Amino acid sequence: MAVEIRIQDDVVQAYLSGEIDHHSAVQIREKIDESVIQASASRLILDFALVTFMDSSGIGLVMGRFRLMQETGGTVVLQNLPSPIRKVMKLAGLDKLAEFR
Amino acid sequence: MKASNTMRLCFDSRSANESFARTAVAAFLCGLDPTVEELTDVKTAVSEAVTNSIVHGYREKIDKVYITANIYSDNRIVIKIKDKGCGIENVKQAMEPLFTTAAEEERAGLGFAVMESLMDKVKVFSQPGKGTTVTLEKQIVSKGVEDVHNSRG
Repeated sequence: MAVEIRIQDDVVQAYLSGEIDHHSAVQIREKIDESVIQASASRLILDFALVTFMDSSGIGLVMGRFRLMQETGGTVVLQNLPSPIRKVMKLAGLDKLAEFR
Repeated sequence: MKASNTMRLCFDSRSANESFARTAVAAFLCGLDPTVEELTDVKTAVSEAVTNSIVHGYREKIDKVYITANIYSDNRIVIKIKDKGCGIENVKQAMEPLFTTAAEEERAGLGFAVMESLMDKVKVFSQPGKGTTVTLEKQIVSKGVEDVHNSRG
C-alpha cells in the first residue's frame, strides 16, 4: 500500500494504491493527516484509481478524514472508485457524506 | 454433504497476516472458477472476520487465528474463521451496523454488515472468555457454468 500526496494551495490530493486494510490504513491515515494539517487544507481529494482491494478499514479511513475536514469546514471528494470499492463505500452510506466523482 | 476439497490455516494474529489470510482463501476458492466479483466478495468478507479476531478477539495480543475452508460439490464454499480470544458478550449488538468498541482506532463498525451483504450466510458463535467462530458461506456460480448458459442463449 502506498499513498502519494500532492498539495496545491489548500487542496490536498492523496493518490492511494494497492490494498487498504486494517494493517495499511494506519500509515495512510498518518500521511494524509500530516499533509492536511500542514496545508490547512479546505479540500481533500482521495483518489482510488490504483486501489486493488479495500475492506471496511477503508470506510473507517474515509469517515475519519471526513470528520477531520469537517472540523475546519472543509470538504472531501472521493474520485476514480473501482466498482468493488464503490460497492463497499455505498453500503456504508459514504455517498451521502462525501462527493463522488 | 461431504466436502469435495478442504484446507486448514493457522497463523499469528498479526495485522500483516490479514492480507495473507484473504489471499490464501481466494487461491483455494479458485478451484471453483469464481467470477472476479465473487472472488472479491469472499476476500473482503474473510478480511473483515480476520481483522475482527486480531483487533477485537485478541486486542492486538499475538495468538493464533484458525481458518478452515470446505468446498462442496454443489459449488458452495464454507469458511470458518476462529480465534481463542475474549469472545463477544452480546453477538446481536456486535452485528448491528455502526456498533464498534474501537471507535478511537477508526473502526467503522461495519465488519459484520459487509460480511452479510457479500456472503449468502454469516453465522457467529461466541463464548465470552473462550473465543469466537465466524462461519461464512457462499454459492459460487462458476464462470464455466455461466458461459454454458450464455452460449445456449
